[in-house]
Amino acid sequence: MRPALSVIFFTVLSGAGLGLFALLALAQAAGSPAGLEPAMHFAGGTLAVALVAAGLISSTFHLANPRNAWRAATQFRYSWLSREAVLALLFFPIALAYLAAVRLHLPFALQTTLGLTGTALAWAILLCTGMIYACLKTIPRWHTPLVPAAYIVNGHLSGSLILLALAAADRKPTGAYVALVLIALAAAGAIKWLYFRRFGPPRVGAHSLSSAIGMTAAQAKLLDAGHTHGTFLTHEFVFRLGRDRALQLRALFFALSLLLPAVVVALDVRSAWVLASIALLCLVGLLIERWLFFAEAQHVVRLFHGQQAV
Amino acid sequence: MKLGLVIDLDTCVGCHACAVACKEWNDASKVAGPLPDYDPRGAQPSGVWFNRIRHYEIGEYPASKTVNVPMSCMHCEDAACVTVCPTGASYKRSDGIVLVDADKCMGCNYCSWACPYGARELDRNAGTMKKCTLCVDRIHDERLPEAERQPACVLACPTHARLFGDFDDPESAVSVKARGRDGFGMLAELGYRPVNRYLPPRKPPAVETSSEPLTENGLLESLQSLAARVIGR
Repeated sequence: MRPALSVIFFTVLSGAGLGLFALLALAQAAGSPAGLEPAMHFAGGTLAVALVAAGLISSTFHLANPRNAWRAATQFRYSWLSREAVLALLFFPIALAYLAAVRLHLPFALQTTLGLTGTALAWAILLCTGMIYACLKTIPRWHTPLVPAAYIVNGHLSGSLILLALAAADRKPTGAYVALVLIALAAAGAIKWLYFRRFGPPRVGAHSLSSAIGMTAAQAKLLDAGHTHGTFLTHEFVFRLGRDRALQLRALFFALSLLLPAVVVALDVRSAWVLASIALLCLVGLLIERWLFFAEAQHVVRLFHGQQAV
Repeated sequence: MKLGLVIDLDTCVGCHACAVACKEWNDASKVAGPLPDYDPRGAQPSGVWFNRIRHYEIGEYPASKTVNVPMSCMHCEDAACVTVCPTGASYKRSDGIVLVDADKCMGCNYCSWACPYGARELDRNAGTMKKCTLCVDRIHDERLPEAERQPACVLACPTHARLFGDFDDPESAVSVKARGRDGFGMLAELGYRPVNRYLPPRKPPAVETSSEPLTENGLLESLQSLAARVIGR
């Protein structure tokens, strides 16, 4: 699949924002003794909502006809993309009301109610984003529960690193936040390792060119695709990525998003600037991961363009 | 109703007449047109087509066969392109035809991801997704003579490798043909229940050959036998 940059920025940025929002609200509701000061809490919440908004704005850039974008709210019953859009539209009033409640020091019960409602919406949005890809049987590498799991966990990974930086800036004991980061790191690493392990030689039951065109008596090969230059299909689906380049990018993602935060946390670094830089580098790693997610995915239409198996 | 096509891979000669006829009709169609071309006379010509024909070699030469495979929308019974569409622009009619309402489409490409057949192509100029309409503006047009109420690709096919009809009617020409010739739906394992049926190539009838062993005569032997015949005369 051709990596759609606007969608990559959207899912990474709003993923981080949704993860940060959920963790902030949960930390507050848990009444952790390490809870952030209200001013820092408000700043973190604002950052979370800003990240989600930036992501959503970015997502509209990949629409060829954005005038009809409002119609994406109409198919909630059928389409994961529509569900994501509707829930995102619901998220903003709740999140803004939560921020106002924090800012105006409204009763704690009201704050946590709004915060936990927003958290539920954030989780639902992350699930929908993952399901947009995982529901496609035409792209076997995406058709796995590991995909929504990765979207949810990666959002919380980047969110937890930002939260850790905020706690350090607030000069709070960071133990609970470090624990969150470590859990997210372990989960993200495990999910991505399992995901990459599924790629390998074509598995039994994979779709083959011969079976797709019904010629199973012998191997089929493409003689002519019928066009002299690229088409919409080759542009959108026949993206080629070299094996070596893919492995380099995977290594870069693991280093930036998983290894580096693990090392910094293990060294018990308390500097807010260092932790903020680590959070930023983690986001860069997640952008690479999301780019690879597209670049390595293979649509079955590649069979008709001559690929032997998908 | 379950309207669709039967495509005979045995008789298709891969001439692309169906694709050209499709392009011509739908470019002028109010339902789907225009079908843009990008850089049509330049070095990198491209454009929107609803029907694409690809050519495959089955087996290894000399025991090989060329098969031409035209592909367009299969008008699936469980069309994933329709269910994934967030705006409701993609829809399935009661006669089985899957269409895009350009007034609702936001051009997100998601339906083209959900289609296993590459049947949907984005019109970059209009910003909307386009696809085969099964010539919905021909097949129901009562001003046309009945024989012409068929998709443009079917009418254009010089080898009659394409048939159009209602698969819900077990006695329709398409149903009978698909049954008799083991018609199959492409990538049926995905579960979208494609309606179009492809007829696999038939085994050609055996050609009678002499059972006498062929003698291998070299040039010298030929000259000798020629000389013997000339002398003998």
